[in-house]
Amino acid sequence: MKNDQKEKTPILEMSGITISFPGVLANDNVDLDLFPGEVLALLGENGAGKSTLMNVLAGLYRADKGKILIKGKEADINSPKDAMAYGIGMVHQNFKLVQTMTVAENVILGLDSEEFVLDLKKVGDKIRKISSHYNLNVDPNAIIWQMSVGEQQRVEILKLIYRGAEVLILDEPTAVLTPQESEELNRIVKQMTSEGKSAIFITHKMDEVMAFSDWVRVLQKGKLVSVVKTKDTSPKELSKMMVGREVLFRVEKKPAETGDEVLRLENVVAMNDKGLKALQGVSFSLRQGEILGIAGVAGNGQRELTEVITGLHKVTSGKVIIENTDMTNKSPLDIIKSGVSHIPSDRVAMGIVGDMSVANNLAMKEYRKAPLSEYGILHPKRIFAMAKKMITMFMIATPSPLTNVKFLSGGNIQKTILAREIGACKSLLVASYPARGLDVGATESVRKEMIAERDNGKGVLLVSEDLDELMSVSDRIAVMNEGRIMGIVNAAESDISGLGMMMAGVPLDEIK
Amino acid sequence: MRLVFEKRNSVSRKAIILVPLVSFLVSLFLTGILLVIFKANPFVTYASMFVGAFGSWINFTETLVKAIPLMLTGIGVGLAFRLKFWNIGAEGQLVFGGVAATWVALFWAPFLPAWMVLPTALIFGVLAGALWAGIPAVLKVGLNVDETLVSLMLNYVAILLAQGLYYGSWIDPDGMGFPGTKMFPKAAWLPRFSGRAHIGLFIALILGLVMWVVLNRTKWGFEVKMVGQNPRAAKVMGVKIGTTVLTAILVSGAFSGLAGAFEVTAISHRLQQGLSIGYGYTAIIVAWMAQLNPIASLFVAVLMAGLLVGGDQVQMMMGLPSAMGIVLQGMILFPMLAGSLFTDYKLKIITKDSQEVSV
Repeated sequence: MKNDQKEKTPILEMSGITISFPGVLANDNVDLDLFPGEVLALLGENGAGKSTLMNVLAGLYRADKGKILIKGKEADINSPKDAMAYGIGMVHQNFKLVQTMTVAENVILGLDSEEFVLDLKKVGDKIRKISSHYNLNVDPNAIIWQMSVGEQQRVEILKLIYRGAEVLILDEPTAVLTPQESEELNRIVKQMTSEGKSAIFITHKMDEVMAFSDWVRVLQKGKLVSVVKTKDTSPKELSKMMVGREVLFRVEKKPAETGDEVLRLENVVAMNDKGLKALQGVSFSLRQGEILGIAGVAGNGQRELTEVITGLHKVTSGKVIIENTDMTNKSPLDIIKSGVSHIPSDRVAMGIVGDMSVANNLAMKEYRKAPLSEYGILHPKRIFAMAKKMITMFMIATPSPLTNVKFLSGGNIQKTILAREIGACKSLLVASYPARGLDVGATESVRKEMIAERDNGKGVLLVSEDLDELMSVSDRIAVMNEGRIMGIVNAAESDISGLGMMMAGVPLDEIK
Repeated sequence: MRLVFEKRNSVSRKAIILVPLVSFLVSLFLTGILLVIFKANPFVTYASMFVGAFGSWINFTETLVKAIPLMLTGIGVGLAFRLKFWNIGAEGQLVFGGVAATWVALFWAPFLPAWMVLPTALIFGVLAGALWAGIPAVLKVGLNVDETLVSLMLNYVAILLAQGLYYGSWIDPDGMGFPGTKMFPKAAWLPRFSGRAHIGLFIALILGLVMWVVLNRTKWGFEVKMVGQNPRAAKVMGVKIGTTVLTAILVSGAFSGLAGAFEVTAISHRLQQGLSIGYGYTAIIVAWMAQLNPIASLFVAVLMAGLLVGGDQVQMMMGLPSAMGIVLQGMILFPMLAGSLFTDYKLKIITKDSQEVSV
C-alpha cells in the first residue's frame, strides 16, 4: 500500500518490517512511507504494534526482516544515535530528560559534535533562536524538574530540532497535555511541516488523528490494515478499522439514584514526596449510586488524593470521612476493612504481585477472612474455586488460575484487579486511570463494571485524564489543578472547553 | 547466527530442578581444572571426597553433624531472602545463640530441675538468635538502615563476644588455659543417636516441613510472599510491611540461634573455639541452591555438609588443602546465579535462514 504522490521521493520508506517477541508477532510485514511536509498518524489499539514499529525506526529494536530507506537509500539503523544521524528523532511517552540538569545540558547530552570544554552560552543562544523561531518559549537555563509536563515535551522537541531531525516521531504526545497545550503542540508541528519537516504520531485518540494528520495508517495486531487520507475519513470509520467492529463511544447507563453519603473530604491538605503541598484544601462529597469523576492533567494532586482516601498517604490537615466515620490517617488495612476498594494507577507496580498466581492475586483482599482462611490457615482449594468463578465472571483470559499473573496481558491484569476489588467493595470504589493503556474491548468492560458498581449503590471515585471517559461514565466531574478543585460540574452539562480551562487553572465561577 | 534470550511464557518447572543440578556439575568441572593444576586427578579426588562423606555409616554421621546447622541456618537465611532482606548475619546469630545456651547450661543448671535445663538452654538459644537478627531488622524497618552491612558487622561482634567469654570470664579454671568454658552438666546435653549425630537432626527435619507449611498454607506466609515479591502492592492491599518483615527476620534469626544452641549442647558440650566455622555463610549457598525452599534446604544442606567432610578427607588422604571442599561450594554459586536466568528465559539460536532452535 503506497502513497499516490509518485512525483517526489519519500523522505522515509519502511517495507516488510517484521519483528517478533515471545509469543507475539509484533509487526508482520508492515509498510510505511512518509513525504516531506507530511504528518502521518499511526493508529491502533494497545498492542497493535505502533510503538514497536517506531522503535525499529528510532533504532531501539532491530527488525527480524524488512528494509528502511531514507531519501531513497537503504539505511542501517542500529541505535538511536544512528537514527539521529539519518535525521530521525523520537519523543517517547516517558520523556528521556535528566531531571536535575538544565535544558541546555539536556539538549547536548550525548552529542559528539560538542567540544570537550562545553560552550553552554553558544548552546543557549542556539536554543533561544530555535525557541523563538517556533515560539516554544523554552529557557535554556531552566532546570527540567521545575518545568511542567507540557514544557518538558517542548524541550524534547527542541532537542530533536537542535540535533537536526527531519522526521519527528511523537509517541502519544497529548496523553499528558491539557486541551490548550495539545493545540499549541499542533501549531508547532504544523509550523515544522510547513518548513519541509515531517512527523509521525502514535496515537489511539480519534480527534487527535483528525486534527493533526494528513495520512492515517491503521495497525491491527501487528498488521497494516489500511492507509487513508485523513480528510477522506471520519472518526467512526477509523475506529471501525482499528478494532474491526463498531465501538460504542457513549456508554449506556441509567440515571443516577443517589443514596447516603459514602465519602466526604473536608479541606484536606497533604504534602507530596518533595514536601510541597500536593493537596491544598480539597473538599467534596460523594454519595451512594454516584460516579464522581476527577479530571486534570496528571500530577496535579490526583495521586495524593486517591492515596489520602485509601490510607497510603498522610493528611496534614482536614478530614476524610467514609460512611460517617472519621477515617483520617487510618491505616490502609482499616480502610480496606471499612469496605473501600482501590484500583491503583500503576497496576503492575501497585495492583498485583507478578510472581504469584492469578488465583492468589484474586485472593489478596479476601484471604484475611473466612472462607478463604480460618484461624490464620489458608484454604488453597477454596481460593482456587473462588478464582475460577471470578475468572469466568470477569472473562479473564489466563491459561490457568495457577499461572503467574505477570504473564497475562495488560487488559487481563486489569480485569484481575477489577475482579478482586469489586469482589471486596462494600461502600466505595476508588479507581485511578482504570482504562489507561487498555484496548477498546477491555476499556469497555472496565467502564461497564464501574457503572454496575454505581448501580449497586456504591460510590465510585473515578480519576482519569480521558475527558471522553469522564464525560460518558461519571455523573459529576470535579476538575483538579495544582492540588485544588477548580469546580464540580454535572457530566451531562459539561463541555470539553470548559473542562479544559479548569484543567489549566481557571476556576469554574470565573468561566461563567 | 545469533543467540537471543526470550522471556518464557511461564516459569519453567524443569529449569527449577535442572539449574541447581547443572550448576553442581559445572562447579565440579571448574574445580576439576583447579585440581589438575594442583596435579591431582579430579576423578580420584571426587571419589575420595564422596567416600569420605558418604562411604560409611560413621562418615555419614559426621556429614549429618555438619548438615544439621546448615539445615537450620539455610532455612532461616532463606526466609529472610524471600523478603529480599539480605540477612548475611546467620553466623553471628548462630554464635549468639550458642552463647545464650551456654549461659543457661553453665549458670542456671544448679537452680533448675534437671529436665528443664536442656529445653531452657535451647529456648534461650532461639531467643538470642532472634534478638541478634532483630537488631538489623528494627534498624531497617524503623530507619531504613542497610541490613546487609549491619547483619554482617554483627557477626564480628558476636564472634568476638564469644571469644571474650571463653578466653575471659567464662574460661574453665581447670582447663589449663585452654580457650573454652567448663563442660556442661549432663542435663544440658542434647542426646546423640549415632556417633556424634544428635536428635537435632529430627528437629531440623520437622522444622523444615513446618516452615514449608507455614509459608504455603498460612495467612502470614501469604503476606511474606506478597511483601517479598512486591512490597508496594502489599502495602496497597493493606499488609503491614514493617510487622511482616520484623516477624520474619526474628524467625530467621531464631533458626540460626537454635543451630548454635545445638552445636554447644550436642557437639562440644561447652563454648569453645571452633563454634563458628562458617555455617552461617555456607547457609547463603544452601538457601540459594534450594531456591529458598525450606524442604529443599534440608537436602542441599546434606550435600554441602558432604563437601565439607569430604574436603577434610581429601586433606588427610591426598595431601590437598581441605579448602577444596569450600572452593567447590563457592564454585556452585556462580553457575547457580547465572543459571537462574533460565527459569524465566529461554535461549533461542537464530541462524541465517531463520531456523529457530530453542534451548
